[in-house]
Amino acid sequence: MGRYIFRRALLAVPTLVGLTIVTFFVSHLLPADMVLVNLGDQAVRSPELVAAFKHRWGLDRPLLVQYLVYAGNLLRGNLGTSIATHRPVLAELALSLPATMELATAAMAGAVAAGVVLGVLAAVLRDSKVDVFARGLSAVGVAIPTFWFAILLLALVYFQLGWAPPPGRLSAGLAPPEPITGMYLVDSLLRGQVDVLVDALRHIVLPAIVIAMVCLGYVTRITRASMIETLAEDYVRTASAKGLTAWAVIVRHALRNSLIPVITIGGTLYAQVMSGTVMAETIYSWPGIGRYAFTSAGSMDFPAVMGVALVVGAVYVAVDLCVDVLVVWANPRVRYR
Amino acid sequence: MHVDAVLATRTPAGRRRRPAVWRRGPAAVLGGLVVGAWVFAAIGAPVLTRYGLDEQHLVEALQPPSLHHPFGTDDLGRDILARVLYGGRYTLTLALSVVVVAGAAGTITGGVSGYLGGWCDEGLMRVTELVMAFPAIILAMAIVVALGPGLLNAGFSMILVWWPPYARLARGEVLAVKHLEYVEAATALGQTRWGILRRAILPNALPRMIVLATIDVGGAIATGAGLSFLGLGATPPTPEWGAMVSSGRDLLAQWWVATCPGLAIFLTVIAFNFIGDAVRDSMDPRSRRRRS
Repeated sequence: MGRYIFRRALLAVPTLVGLTIVTFFVSHLLPADMVLVNLGDQAVRSPELVAAFKHRWGLDRPLLVQYLVYAGNLLRGNLGTSIATHRPVLAELALSLPATMELATAAMAGAVAAGVVLGVLAAVLRDSKVDVFARGLSAVGVAIPTFWFAILLLALVYFQLGWAPPPGRLSAGLAPPEPITGMYLVDSLLRGQVDVLVDALRHIVLPAIVIAMVCLGYVTRITRASMIETLAEDYVRTASAKGLTAWAVIVRHALRNSLIPVITIGGTLYAQVMSGTVMAETIYSWPGIGRYAFTSAGSMDFPAVMGVALVVGAVYVAVDLCVDVLVVWANPRVRYR
Repeated sequence: MHVDAVLATRTPAGRRRRPAVWRRGPAAVLGGLVVGAWVFAAIGAPVLTRYGLDEQHLVEALQPPSLHHPFGTDDLGRDILARVLYGGRYTLTLALSVVVVAGAAGTITGGVSGYLGGWCDEGLMRVTELVMAFPAIILAMAIVVALGPGLLNAGFSMILVWWPPYARLARGEVLAVKHLEYVEAATALGQTRWGILRRAILPNALPRMIVLATIDVGGAIATGAGLSFLGLGATPPTPEWGAMVSSGRDLLAQWWVATCPGLAIFLTVIAFNFIGDAVRDSMDPRSRRRRS
């Protein structure tokens, strides 16, 4: 197992290098008129200003040199400087990452828990009302546009019913907890600030539901399909024949094996969550990297957007690695493929 | 429910099965009808509505749905129904062209990659994996920012991130047939490599490419509308559905402004998903047995 993990981790290195090449080429080969965007109509007519700008940001050097500089900077943790705020992109990402992690974790946990339960129920009670509901919900969950669902939920639950607080991470009068992890839920718990914890929970519910909805459809579908296959296996029949309770057969024998396909879609889920966060964070004023990407895209802040893409891509590589390791852990037969 | 009962319902003998066509059929027919209706609406929009897509009546701004304006009016007093009907033109065209172009590009890339093999295959597959390592919308956002916002640029950036799954699938299909005897026969007859790829090999991949493309349209609609929603695709006066939802984003009291165009996106995506599922089931019997 240790050797497998090591070999698999080594494979991730060229992928990471490749990621930087992709981000670099996107940023340098496409006709991004950074000069025009950042200097404005007037200044761009002055050759000296343009030359000075290009020199300032290293745009006047050969591409290969630019890439090497870029890669060297990345290695030193320098993702460039935001053109809009003139602050290091890494520092801005570090500020917004905990907010996204908090939101994404809450959403994923909810989606996986609900999706697995629903998928199992649908598989066991096939063609029942539960099954019809599960299939309907996953069809809706996969098809519903995240940004639209986010707006509908906000309009209904916050505006019409008044059950949820307005967008944001905390209510206006409340000070965020002293940062430990940067995640308000965790920090307020660690510092024992119950009022902050409750308030943060109330704020996270709606955006988390929005993101969870995207994953729920996939998790339910995969669990249901895989559970149906497993329930047809001989060992399930054996388990039930030797008189085990329904619970033991379904949860201990069938579910465990059915979960492997659910693990394998972890990468897909991550991608879904990431696109979901862009929409949910934008609409719910959640100061995470999704909203950071959106505001940076709006101001054509190129280094910032590339920073987000790079971080999201790098985390994807890590998620992919974890998924592969988890699959081998759950199903040792894969190891000898 | 006891396990015995559970097992009884799924053993082939004990299960009452409706024919597969009927279990998938209604959804697929419904999907086809919805898509057909949108295409009809998009083409016939000028005849179907009394209002122009940019016709402003400021005195009638933000009116709730009524007989005159079934979907209400937006902040500039434009009829939302009219704009939703016209909007199909942009949203559907964008998604369909992305899927067609990316599908063709991916098929050719994957086909060439699998057929030539060697370092060319290695290289192309690594590039494929790299592009797939980014969530589509984030990379597309980055590219649109590089190109500048606009419907065309959004489409172009989506194509750039959309082709890899097609390349992978096509490569697999090509690898499956490239050593078969009839391909060797074509080689022996002295056909060019491109000719063999085009006439003898790629047609094998076509059915599964079509299946993937049909399943994919829904995702392309959602992503395209999403880019417009973020202000990176269609720009304001254009009645693109995602851009229309965006314009109703802050009008929580006037729910119809965002709800109606969003409903259009949702219905179209789910309709295409139904069609995609049905097409897959009809072309791939294995998945039919497995899925339901």
